Amino acid sequence: MWASDASLLVSFGEAISAVANERVRRLLRVLEAKPIGGVRNLHPAYCSLLMVFDALRISHAELQERVTEYLERMETEGLAEPREVEIPVCYGGEFGPDLEDVAALHEMTAGQVIEAHCSRSYRVYFLGFVPGFAYLGELPRELVTPRLGTPRKKVAPGSVAIAGHQTGVYPFATPGGWRLLGRTPVRMFQAEREGLSLVSIGDRVRFRPISQERFAELERG
Amino acid sequence: MKVIEVESAGLLTTVQDLGRPGYGAMAVSASGAADAVSLRIGNRLVGNRESAAALEMTLLGGAFRFPHGGVVALTGSEFEAKVDGEAIEPWRARQMRPGEVLRMGPTRSGARSYLCVQGGIAVKPFLGSASTHLLTGLGGYAGRALRKGDLLRIGESDESFRKRKAARAALEKLAPRKTLRVTPGPQKEWFSAAAQKQFLQSAYRVSEEANRMGLRLEGAALPDLPRAEMITEGIPLGAVQITAAGLPIILFVEQQTTGGYAKIANVITADLHSVGQLRPRDEIRFAAVDFEEARRILAEQEGLIEECVVDG
Repeated sequence: MWASDASLLVSFGEAISAVANERVRRLLRVLEAKPIGGVRNLHPAYCSLLMVFDALRISHAELQERVTEYLERMETEGLAEPREVEIPVCYGGEFGPDLEDVAALHEMTAGQVIEAHCSRSYRVYFLGFVPGFAYLGELPRELVTPRLGTPRKKVAPGSVAIAGHQTGVYPFATPGGWRLLGRTPVRMFQAEREGLSLVSIGDRVRFRPISQERFAELERG
Repeated sequence: MKVIEVESAGLLTTVQDLGRPGYGAMAVSASGAADAVSLRIGNRLVGNRESAAALEMTLLGGAFRFPHGGVVALTGSEFEAKVDGEAIEPWRARQMRPGEVLRMGPTRSGARSYLCVQGGIAVKPFLGSASTHLLTGLGGYAGRALRKGDLLRIGESDESFRKRKAARAALEKLAPRKTLRVTPGPQKEWFSAAAQKQFLQSAYRVSEEANRMGLRLEGAALPDLPRAEMITEGIPLGAVQITAAGLPIILFVEQQTTGGYAKIANVITADLHSVGQLRPRDEIRFAAVDFEEARRILAEQEGLIEECVVDG
């Protein structure tokens, strides 16, 4: 799909699935390993990869042809294994102002919400929205919750939140419509860090509850 | 080492270059100058490489003192610019004598003016670029807009002062447009024929919510909005999203890298610099072109940028 005069949207189906997303990851990784001349940027998402290019250097048709090779090669190429990352979270209170509401919506206790949120590891589908914001899924069915009716103008960095079938961590103070369950002292995005973001597409993330005291300790580093 | 002292910063002045493409997978948008054409020409005027960092001023400029002098050029929209009470002509290289102060006023035309300096503005690059990303506080000068009292370093340069200007004929052809040309967006067919027609026939007004991340437009809401649930996907620069209220948002240089609103159209690359010059309350329209036409217009624009700087 020609998304603009300088981009091509490579799509792997019309549904969110780990299978489609794994194909996005594979294509991204082979393109990163051997960049195509004229390609300026890659924006992976659930089941598509947007390729932004310099229209003075390469055309849609030329790029489509080049990508075909990569689509074949990505199936057989050995790639680095995704990582498992544990993220400590202090749930509730001022860190998770929506925890009680989410519990009430699902007729659960706050403790049950925390337990459910920590009950599985989540796939990093992609990073989007702002630097380092990982879209993690899928939430256990009992936690699937619509976004807030009115987004907050500012969400504190490190806020751990849920919306729809997704969960994620706000890396920066940004506006946000997801429901806040808690906060992590871990920095999701650091300009000085190799790879910048704590996690990347295909990684697995598991949340672990911590106390306020532990949060303070970890925050002090 | 030469410096610039910020005596007043203006409304929103940031360090910008041609951006940091290549980090989309980490959700870092390319950022960069809102009017890249003006930045590129400004850098050519002072003998820099096109991608050198300069100051991007918004609606109201600042006052900048050059204690050791420097070679400068102002491009983009015309802000009232004076040195010692004398008006400064834009689109022309000028030598600042040591101690002179360049005072900028409010805009007389579009949203942004560029102050390019021989040697460029020297800041620590973040991911290979000097561009300021305001939302995250990364890049540029301390990751923020300039303030009174800031001290900017000017980069080293082997160039000397040479009288250069931008040719008037080329500038006229490169002038920002109020009718933005668009190619079809990935979800264009999700909109009814009536909605597509209305989109191209309507006049829209740029709202107060217009910044480097995006420009929200006001006008008549589109009818028959798509009901299908959109799966979040990557967003190209200049994408025109239609919100749940039926109104367009143009995603701009500090854009979010992915999003879940249907995109009816996309501003062509050659008209992105025009978006960078739009002010709140400006009236704009969209005009459809095909991909081939978009490519032809871009190649022509590139030729004009290549040729526009002349001696004199």
